[in-house]
Amino acid sequence: MKTDKKFISSSLHWLLKDGYTKLLLHSLLIFGSFFLIVPFIWMISMSLSPIEKAFVYPPQLIPNPITIISYIDAMSLYPFGLYLFNSLFVSSIVTVAQLFTSVLAANALARLRFPGRNLIFLLILSTMMIPEHVTLIPAFQIIIKVGWLNTYYALIIPFASRAFSIFLLRQFFLTIPRELEDAARIDGCGRLRTLWHVILPASIPALSALTIFVFVDRWNAFLWPLIVADEERMRVVQVGLSRFFGQYGLLGSQWPILMAATVISAMPIVILFIIFQRRFIQGITLTGLKY
Amino acid sequence: MKRRHEETLSGYLFLLPSLIILTIFIGYPMLNSFYLSLHKWNGLSETKLFVGLSNYIRLLSDNEFWNAAKNTGVFTFAVTFGQISFGLIIALMVNRKLRGVTFYRTVFFLPVATSTVAVAVMWVMAYNPTIGIVNYFLRLARLPTPQWLQDPNWAMPGIIIMSIWKWVGYHMVIYLAGLQGIPKIYYEAAELDGANKWYIFRNITWPLLAPTTFFLLMISIIGSFQVFDQVYVMTRGGPIKSTEVIVYYLYQHGFRYLEMGYASAVAYVLFAIIFIFTLVQFRYRRKAGFYLE
Repeated sequence: MKTDKKFISSSLHWLLKDGYTKLLLHSLLIFGSFFLIVPFIWMISMSLSPIEKAFVYPPQLIPNPITIISYIDAMSLYPFGLYLFNSLFVSSIVTVAQLFTSVLAANALARLRFPGRNLIFLLILSTMMIPEHVTLIPAFQIIIKVGWLNTYYALIIPFASRAFSIFLLRQFFLTIPRELEDAARIDGCGRLRTLWHVILPASIPALSALTIFVFVDRWNAFLWPLIVADEERMRVVQVGLSRFFGQYGLLGSQWPILMAATVISAMPIVILFIIFQRRFIQGITLTGLKY
Repeated sequence: MKRRHEETLSGYLFLLPSLIILTIFIGYPMLNSFYLSLHKWNGLSETKLFVGLSNYIRLLSDNEFWNAAKNTGVFTFAVTFGQISFGLIIALMVNRKLRGVTFYRTVFFLPVATSTVAVAVMWVMAYNPTIGIVNYFLRLARLPTPQWLQDPNWAMPGIIIMSIWKWVGYHMVIYLAGLQGIPKIYYEAAELDGANKWYIFRNITWPLLAPTTFFLLMISIIGSFQVFDQVYVMTRGGPIKSTEVIVYYLYQHGFRYLEMGYASAVAYVLFAIIFIFTLVQFRYRRKAGFYLE
């Protein structure tokens, strides 16, 4: 028995010797990457092919001829240009709003001392543990009551502040040395000035990671916009995309347009990701929260 | 004295915007949801009928709910297992490379950055039984080609595969961070002692990754339990409710059938299930001290 085990483990050892290892690993990784990239490539390919050719089977990698007619159709025949604007507008405003409210709140929680501070922090923290669907119906009712259904308010205001952002910034603010703040105080800065001139510049990494995080989170959001902003002119790209099947039926001729619309919906975030990759990943690992 | 008052006032003023938003849109709904769950209400009329716990009783005896619970459970189990295993395997592979780490990280993370809706649309097309690329590759490999989203037996596996595909990059990234936190000395010492790769993995890497694994386990379970987007886009819970999950069930009853009270009860039950996992995760995180930072 023992010699058998030794034989197996030494064979494995031989197999795993460095040269073979590198080759094996690379091949597996390439295979894995292939599996992950193919749906994207197919989608882009289909979005660039003329409508008659979209259904060629077997699928063609490079359409012939390449045409952007589907993109034009997506933006003109269907309101994807409008959806894009809605997503852009809402995501940007929410990001700015959250930065604003979180910076203020985090500043208070991290750098000021007052009775009830820790209790409030715990309460705010506890809202992070509450999943979206529990607050869905009452929040929806509030939106209806104040007449915000199908308005930008419904998409923006409820997200103007979020515990996650407050938490992230508070943790970061705690690491900024008191001496900086004291120096500013000596120079005659009040609280707000200290915040603006000293603390914020020192927090750029956290602020930029947060910006990306919030923007992407709102851009990709689906359930809430589906419920409060389903009127065609108010839809964000995610809702617009999901509605494509139902509302416009799905004729074969519309596949390329749908693919173009999907590319349009996903592209901004993909580009952001490729440019700001490190910040993205930094944000994820720092906080470990999915979006 | 004056200084203390000023600081308190400033503190509360700074907190005010956030407190207002969070109270109105999270605090109050949280409580109101429970209140609603004890009533029968269509969301439109002025009057709500108090029905005590009958919504909960109805929930527990509704076969459709249990079907949704079962589907959600199967989904959660399969996706969690797949995401974590593949995430770990890929992270282990990528971790040894010196070149191409950024490339692989980008490629694997791309689906994570893309919205679930967009990914779902891509995969609806891909799963098309006749022209989609999934069956195309299956045919190339001479494997059977199911009807995927049109087949009650294959729709859920289809959604599961797509979900693992989407999130594996996230798990990979987290595991990479965890792997990089393991001091090289351990590996060097083990190699000096002549340990083989499997031994190293089993006795050094895996135990030291335990916090990371636990964290990913919780995140994955909590997230998977709340699956909605892909079900809505790809199958609307069908065919024959084979992919109906709890949040979709909630959505149907609340916003299609306008049974707001009942839907609130469903929401609370789901919340209770998730809350247990969230609590466990939170407690563990505080104990382990934010090790990822």
